[in-house]
Amino acid sequence: MTTLLEVNDIQTYIGQYHILQGVSFQVKKGEVTVLLGRNGAGKTTSLRSIMGLTPITEGQIMLNGTNISKLGTYQIANKGIGFVPEDQGIFGELTVEENMKIAMQKQDEATLNRLDKMLTLFPDLKTYWKKQGGYLSGGQKQMLSIARAYLNKNELLLIDEPSKGLAPIVVEKVMESIMEMKDETTIVLVEQNFRMAMGVGDTYYIIDDGRSVETGNMQELADNEELKRKYLGIA
Amino acid sequence: MLNLMINGLATGMLIFLLAAGLTLIFGLMDVLNFAHGGLFAWGAYSGVWVYGMTGSFVMAIVGALLTGIILGYVTERFIIQPVYGNHVQQILITLGLMLVLSEMLKVVFGPNQIVASPPDYLSGSWQLGDVVIIKYRAFIILIGVLVFALVHYVLKNTKIGLTVRAGVMNKEMVQALGINIKKVFMLVFMIGSAMAALGGVLLAPYSGVIYAEMGMDFAILAFIVVVIGGMGNFVGSLFAAMLIGLSGAFMTYYVPDLSLAVNMLLMAVVLVVKPQGLFGAKG
Repeated sequence: MTTLLEVNDIQTYIGQYHILQGVSFQVKKGEVTVLLGRNGAGKTTSLRSIMGLTPITEGQIMLNGTNISKLGTYQIANKGIGFVPEDQGIFGELTVEENMKIAMQKQDEATLNRLDKMLTLFPDLKTYWKKQGGYLSGGQKQMLSIARAYLNKNELLLIDEPSKGLAPIVVEKVMESIMEMKDETTIVLVEQNFRMAMGVGDTYYIIDDGRSVETGNMQELADNEELKRKYLGIA
Repeated sequence: MLNLMINGLATGMLIFLLAAGLTLIFGLMDVLNFAHGGLFAWGAYSGVWVYGMTGSFVMAIVGALLTGIILGYVTERFIIQPVYGNHVQQILITLGLMLVLSEMLKVVFGPNQIVASPPDYLSGSWQLGDVVIIKYRAFIILIGVLVFALVHYVLKNTKIGLTVRAGVMNKEMVQALGINIKKVFMLVFMIGSAMAALGGVLLAPYSGVIYAEMGMDFAILAFIVVVIGGMGNFVGSLFAAMLIGLSGAFMTYYVPDLSLAVNMLLMAVVLVVKPQGLFGAKG
């Protein structure tokens, strides 16, 4: 399987704080790669660094063999990376329709098909199509954020904690959407909910204190009690 | 009574044109641009100069718009870009720029006031019964309505308008959707500056004379309008500009002693009753 994204020993500062101190991982095409770790370990910063939102100071980020480390965020996005941030990034004063419209890079048949697919998967978005994003529930905002990132033909989706703060029934829905998207795109998922990570993930990387420390396939992790206890705090 | 109203509306429209640019720049982009009045004055001077050279008022408007666009580009690129997000630096550097722009007007066009008059086809008035409608004032109202309709349409119905509104809410996310926000903000700044310049060139024949410091006098009115209307609210700006224009016209007629204070009083009342402005969102 070919490697789509290669993160090599990246270092990132936020202000004076040295957040990432050597994170490396590889994302294979067509897989869901899950970044696991405790709160504050550097998972979100890793995704933000890939997007250029917290630029790296050292290391390299390669997409399809091209170095994207020095590009601006909008250029990185235009290389085919969709981003679902931890806070969902919904434009509260724009309607659901406008939130989708602003993301739409092309209005071709394939894009409209993807929109259709998302509206079928998340009928709430269709119901509240003309409603301002700020008035949606947390789950609906998450659905909108995922649908918006999926709308364009992105090669890679970076999804940050999509289950955070959501009711179990909504988490199921989000999981279902990730499984649907998995057929067409590659995904890097940051997730604290281990059951969800297990349900959708293929490969895992554990980030601890700003470093990538362990990797393997998800099934191996499920069977490794010691690793789960040591880095994830679950027995 | 109707005459007073038309006077007030015409003045209001001029203030709106200046404030509309500031609504975009200050309200949407959160840039405290005290040099905005300088662009207004440069619009007036360059327009009057082009009018003198060509004899065409249409060319005068085009000249003023071009001046606004060019000055807007240079200001955003070299003065504003390094100070995005820092209000104190924005105030200091744009106040400095305001002074430079005023002094440059004196250097280029001379220190004296310049007389301006409307073209023949906009001079004079229409008599409708007891009501006298001065053509040039009606023209200003018409241009103001057209500019309002155009910008309102662009903001509400086009992708660039959506991007501007979204960019104000969450710049990071707009970029993560593949949009170059710097370019968008530069464009907004240029449009805002062009609107200020348009206000300037339209004011010139209205007031009859232009002077280098005119920008500062009107910039204060524009800030008052943005505060009363609500930050970044375009409809609010139109409403507030009309309110200021009309109250100024009526006060000058009925209570002349209060005419200068009325704007400040209006702003004070709005800030006490509704601090976010008449049309501003809470938060």
